[in-house]
Amino acid sequence: MKANTHFAFFDEGSKKEIRRAIMKAVAIPGYQVPFASREMPIARGWGTGGLQITLSIIGKNDVLKVIDQGADESVNAVSIKKMVHETTGVELTDRTEEADIIQSRHRIPEVALTKDQIIVLQVPTPEPLRGVEASEYVTKRMHSEDDYSGVWLMLFEQIMKYGKTATTADHPVYVNHRYVMAPSPIPRFDNSKMHQSDALILLGAGREKKIYAVPPYTDVKSLAFEDYPFTVEAFEDKQCHLCGSADVFLDELIDHHTGETIHQCNDTSYCMEQLNKVEKAEVESSYA
Amino acid sequence: MGYVPVKGGTQAIEASIKRLKYERLKGQEIIEIKTIMSTMRGMIDQVMSESSLYSPYLAALSIKQAEGSMEEAVFLMRAHRSTLPRPYYSKTVEPETMLVERRVSASFKDIPGGQVLGATYDYTHRLLDLNLIEEKLEENQQWLQNYQEELRDIEDFEEVKYFPKVVDYLREEGLFEEYEVNNTPPIDITKQSLQFPTTRSERLQVLTRGQTGTVTSLGYASLRGYGQVHPTVGEVRVGTVPIYVEHPNKMEHSAEDEFYIGEIKVTEVESFVPINVKNENNEYELEFEIGYGICYGQNETKAIAMSILDQCLEHTDSDFPTHDEEFVLLHIDSVESTGFISHLKLPHYVTFQSKLDSIRQVKKGVQGNES
Repeated sequence: MKANTHFAFFDEGSKKEIRRAIMKAVAIPGYQVPFASREMPIARGWGTGGLQITLSIIGKNDVLKVIDQGADESVNAVSIKKMVHETTGVELTDRTEEADIIQSRHRIPEVALTKDQIIVLQVPTPEPLRGVEASEYVTKRMHSEDDYSGVWLMLFEQIMKYGKTATTADHPVYVNHRYVMAPSPIPRFDNSKMHQSDALILLGAGREKKIYAVPPYTDVKSLAFEDYPFTVEAFEDKQCHLCGSADVFLDELIDHHTGETIHQCNDTSYCMEQLNKVEKAEVESSYA
Repeated sequence: MGYVPVKGGTQAIEASIKRLKYERLKGQEIIEIKTIMSTMRGMIDQVMSESSLYSPYLAALSIKQAEGSMEEAVFLMRAHRSTLPRPYYSKTVEPETMLVERRVSASFKDIPGGQVLGATYDYTHRLLDLNLIEEKLEENQQWLQNYQEELRDIEDFEEVKYFPKVVDYLREEGLFEEYEVNNTPPIDITKQSLQFPTTRSERLQVLTRGQTGTVTSLGYASLRGYGQVHPTVGEVRVGTVPIYVEHPNKMEHSAEDEFYIGEIKVTEVESFVPINVKNENNEYELEFEIGYGICYGQNETKAIAMSILDQCLEHTDSDFPTHDEEFVLLHIDSVESTGFISHLKLPHYVTFQSKLDSIRQVKKGVQGNES
């Protein structure tokens, strides 16, 4: 008895229902729209929110790219790609430029996205105020009353304790000057890519049953004080030991032979691309 | 190449899935679905209850596929459940129509209809039975035959006997308030996400599909001290109830046109909880309220714990976490809690790198790159 699944796993009614939540999210940038999140064949917390968005918007001619913490071949990316491919048969790619839909866990690719692309981000904790207030009932009210004193106070307390803001990934942002939004645990390095983005950004939290969005060309501002401006992860003079790129988000690794710390592009497809360019140039020059 | 290969993840994952299959097959024994169905009653009941999908056959299949892992079996069933079309809602089940297999009250010795012990582990001594290591089919058959013969001597009732609810008896005595039946259609929590404050129909749905261990633990916490509910079990009943659906096309509905689609086995609990209420003269009076618990199959511990939590969440004006509906309802689901805990095994290279950076910057005591 082999289960015969519908195109893109969901029945059309379910997809329409999710798309309706997406439309509302686009209409109210940064606002978390509740939706009837389904149980998926992959685990809650493993990208079911992003997956439900991807499955409900994907068409037969779309090309899909999935990344997990920057890597196309990391466990979660492979599993999600496999599932979407098995239920839709759409073309898959590693190359950012070729993709129509990019589902990503916690990175925005290094290559700038275009207006023809949609990036779907997986979100573990959609509520940016959860750290200061545990109750959903209360945080919902705080958003509606534009009461963001708690999150400002959190940053202020960090300055008092550490002499600077000490946020890690998932640094909260103001969207369209109204809602404070969790950008998902992307590094602070990627926050600026959301501002006035050409591509539509959709964010899905399956377990928490929320969908939200940043429409193209929307202002996205990272929360910071005038005298303590927003800062991103610093790699200083470090560069990728494979391709030599410097202005990218780097993974910190240890060289097994020398025991030294080395750095490598976190965006694996970007790194491959750079390596191929070098290779091509070398080949061309050797022919010449 | 460096520590993290850019390519190769796909093959590694395929190999891992293969290895998993090997683990299931390597003992070279096959457990049949029918063996699981006829010998793993407790497990099947628990899987059906937590996955909120009533199908002993599919539950047995999920147990087989999951190699007996409860969270995995429940996960498989839930994922399957969300692919099933739901063309009908069943009619309200009246638990008085239950064909009772077991029914006890801890409140009254002499309940109308009597106590029916039925099948339970409650009165057994938990000693490992080493004889089961070499169980013989012939001996079992002999035992069954003897058992049937013993039963023959017991008188038959002419008609099917239904048991009245213990609480009805107390209502007649005036000890419990009479409430009007609330026929508001329930909100389907699988079609609409929870919004707080919740309605009781939503709460009962979340509680009944809660992870057995979690429901039990939270109920226990409330009983032991972190809550204000100290119930007496008015009635625990286990048995089968019939399920009907309305005729889909007829404009006028009558009970005669309804279709019987099968029966389900459930455990139902009504707990009596004394509470203080103010009367008209502003004096405190003791009154009873009912905590309600119900779940698929026979799982009395879960149903009783659910009845405690139901009562807790009816009284949210307490500081105990067991009276906080968000605390209880948002953390009790097996698929959600196991999913989020297990996601910690996914690579967190980026987020960890970001944390490292933050700590280093703080240690350096300088502001990093501005942007």
